[in-house]
Parts: sequence; structure tokens; C-alpha cells
Amino acid sequence: MESVTPILEFKKTCVSYTKQTMAVKYVSAAIERNTITAIMGPSGCGKSTLLRAVNLMHSLYQNIRVDGEILLNGENILSMEPIDVRRRVGMVFQRPAPFPTMSIYDNVLSGFSLNGIKLSKAEKDTTVERCLKSVALWDEVKDVLNKKGTFLSGGQQQRLCIARALAMKPDVLLMDEPTSALDPIATKHIEELLLDLQKEVTILIVTHNMGQAKRISSKSMFMYLGELVEYGDTETMFTNPIDERTKAYLTGKMG
Amino acid sequence: MAKDKLMLWGICLLAALTAVPLLAILGEVLLRGYHQLSWAFFTEPTPTAYKAMKAIEAGEPIPGGIANGIVGTMIMLGMAVIVAVPLGILCGAFLAENSKNRFAQFVSYLTDLLQGTPSVIIGIITYIWVVVPMKGYSAIAGSVALCIMMVPLIVRSTEETLKILPASLKEAGLALGGNKARVMMRVQLPAAFGGIFTGILLAVSRVIGETAPLMFTALGCSLIRFSVDKPISAVPLLIWEFFNDPNLQELIWGASLFLLLFVLALNLTAKYLAKRWNQ
Repeated sequence: MESVTPILEFKKTCVSYTKQTMAVKYVSAAIERNTITAIMGPSGCGKSTLLRAVNLMHSLYQNIRVDGEILLNGENILSMEPIDVRRRVGMVFQRPAPFPTMSIYDNVLSGFSLNGIKLSKAEKDTTVERCLKSVALWDEVKDVLNKKGTFLSGGQQQRLCIARALAMKPDVLLMDEPTSALDPIATKHIEELLLDLQKEVTILIVTHNMGQAKRISSKSMFMYLGELVEYGDTETMFTNPIDERTKAYLTGKMG
Repeated sequence: MAKDKLMLWGICLLAALTAVPLLAILGEVLLRGYHQLSWAFFTEPTPTAYKAMKAIEAGEPIPGGIANGIVGTMIMLGMAVIVAVPLGILCGAFLAENSKNRFAQFVSYLTDLLQGTPSVIIGIITYIWVVVPMKGYSAIAGSVALCIMMVPLIVRSTEETLKILPASLKEAGLALGGNKARVMMRVQLPAAFGGIFTGILLAVSRVIGETAPLMFTALGCSLIRFSVDKPISAVPLLIWEFFNDPNLQELIWGASLFLLLFVLALNLTAKYLAKRWNQ
């Protein structure tokens, strides 16, 4: 047993939308620091629901219940203030969602402005440059920082959204199928970027693209009907899955 | 095929018919009113009936204009907008964010009722609430009546616009750690600005021609006045006054034309903005 606390740990985490049905059932798993962990599974298996539990997105909706524990550095997220959690856990959505009324520059800094944190001009400039460089967008946009974020291509917009999340220096970055709305070339860029970024941040990525999970993740979860069926090294899972359901999914017999 | 053509022509004809009233109104007012429009018409106050009578006897055009009405309308609209816009936007934001809340549903229902309340009733109520305690007709009372009429329109347009924004926008803001108020102020409302602004323009064009509530509140005045605690004129009030005074009847059409063109301009601007915003 390792004595290091995992950066993120699910302990019997359950999410239910109605009293009768559970979308996520008793998921327990520890996520290792500075890795990319993929969450795979067919549509409706609860993978996005599990992901959204981590930054307390479910607390926005009245009827959704989250039970069990989710530990961030050993501290239970479910008893923390949503705002504190969300500052430490960034999120990137399926469709790129740069704020349409803000410039590229302001989009990167939006985490600060939305938290009421004032930065000096120099701090702003260095943050913008650092974040845009770390998502490999700086060279493309450094001359148009004052243009609206929505003027960029889909792939660039998504990288801008990643930069925006990174600006807050989160411990964990949640990604909900971040490339499913993008073309293959933009997807490739994002994947390369994520491999680079895992040095800075622990990434939890939902994907229904098995190839993507294989290419970028070191650990994988396979979920089915709300259950965490299998969790382990990606390579082992793809070459030698333990559970029959994982095997059926990975070989395309179920999906 | 023949049937298709017949149908198409039928539909075109009916569509054209709906445009006829507007074009007829515009044509009539334009024909009767265009020759009155002059610099003086917009800068001078209403002439007295005696002066008008003299001019008519001498075969000259009636002197003076509707500047007192234009100034009054602008003052009352301005005051109404200053209060109605923040109130309407805040209420609309509240309704959009809490659509499942019982209290919000109740408020939303009341907004609908307020929107359907006859303007003459809003006028008489404002008379009781404002004119009587203030012991006199005033621009303030007029703007209160107009404000009450504008608020539900702004509430509704704000609510509808916020509701059609993609949910990802709000979630993205909250996911960065923003609290609801900041996300609303910095992300949602700016993104909804086009729709809200269109709603404000439509609300203004809706109340600018209101006559009944102003009869009970602003009363009217033949001087150009800038004070808010005294009776004041408004363009629709002037049209009514001109109608009641045989010597001033000529001025009806110029005033009507001004009002009509102003409302049309506001509507076209609102349409244009809505279109640009949707792109």
C-alpha cells in the first residue's frame, strides 16, 4: 500500500436523478496524481454524471442527489463549499464554450474576474501568456488577444477553454468528451496537449472514443449502467480485460 | 400543379392583405401630415387657440409646433426607463434562474397579468397613488404609469433571452468558481444583451403612444417644461388636445406622423439588433 493520499478518491459514490433510479452506483476508485485517467462506457452509463459530481455541478439542480464520499487530497468535496471546490477542480465541456462577450485575453482571465480576484496588469499579461503557451495557442493568437474568443476555430476555442481552466491552477482537470465536437486534426492537437499537461495537473477525461483512451490515458475506468465495472492500467485493460462486459465493449460487441 | 399555384397565390394575397392596414395608415398620415413638418414644428410649443384662429383667418399656416409634447414624452420616458430597466432585468434574471421555484412562478404569473392590465386602469391607479398624495399632476406621475407598463415587457424579454442561452455558458462560469451573481452579471447578462436591449426598445415603443394613463397623471401643458413636479405634455396627449380644439385640428397629422415614424424607427432598430444578435 502506498502511503501517499491519492489526489482524488471516490468512495461509494452514488448519484441519483430520481428516487427510484441511480445513475452512478457505489463507485470507488482512487485517482493517481499527474496521470490521465479515462472514463469509458456506452452512452448513458453515468460517466459524465460521475465526472460532474467532482466539481459539484449537480448541486445546481434541485433533484439530483450525490451520496458517498469524494475526497480531494483527503478532504470530502461533498461537505465543502461548491465555490471552493470549483476553484481547485477545473472543467472543460463537450462543446467549446468561450464566453462570447469577452476577448481572448479576458476569457483566459475570466476565472479571476468571476471570483472577484484583482490582478495587476503585469500579472494579467504573464498569466495570459503562460496559459496560452501551455495550450500551444499563444503563437496563433498573440496578435489578436483583443478579439472575441468566438472568432477562433472550434479546436482553438477548446484550447482557449483549457487555458481558462488552467489559469486558476487547479489540482484536477475534468474533461467531458472535450474532442467529440472537433475534427481529427484538432483532436490530435488536444490529445498531444493533454499528454504534456499531465505534468501540471491530474486529468480525468470522459470519452466514448476507445482509441483516444488508449492513446492518452495511463489508467482507465469502464462504466456500465452506472457501475464501475473495471478500473486499472489502460494497457492491461485493452489487452487483457478481466470482466466480460469490458471485453464485450472493447471488442465492439456492446456499445 | 394548378392547385399548388392557386394555393400559393391565395396565400400571397392574404399575406398582402395583412399589410394593407399599416400601409394605409402610414399613407394617410403621411399625406395629411408631411407639409406640417418643419423646423418650427419640432422647436416651438403648441400655439394658443386664439393665435391659431388668427392664422386660419389670415389664410396662413398655423404657427408653433409640438416641442412641448416631445420634451414631455422624452422626460417621462427617460425617467420610466431609468427605473424600469434595472427592475425588469433583475426580475427577469430571477425568474429565468428559478423557473421551478413556486414564488418565481407566482411572480411570473403576476407579470403576465400586469402586462394585460388595461392602460386606463394603470392611469387611474397612478392617479390615486401618485397624483393625489403629491397634490397635483406631474411628469413624475406620468413616468410612474409608463414605468408600470414597461416593467412586465422587460421582465419577459429578459427571462426569455436568458432561458435560450446555452446552459454550458452558465455552467462554464460556475465551473470556474464564480458565484451565481457574478456569473449572471459577467457572463449571462452580457451574452443576452442583444435580446434584452431589443426588449427595452419594444417596451419603449409600446408605451410611447399611450394616452389614457397620461391623461390621469401628466395632464398636459402648452409650455415647454423641464420640471418634473408640474403638469407636462406628451405627443399622444397633444393629438387628443388638437382633436378637441377645432382651431388646432390641422396639427393632428404632423404630431401623428412624428409619433408613427418614431415608433417605426424604434421597431426597425429593435428588429435589426435582434437579427444581428442572433447571428
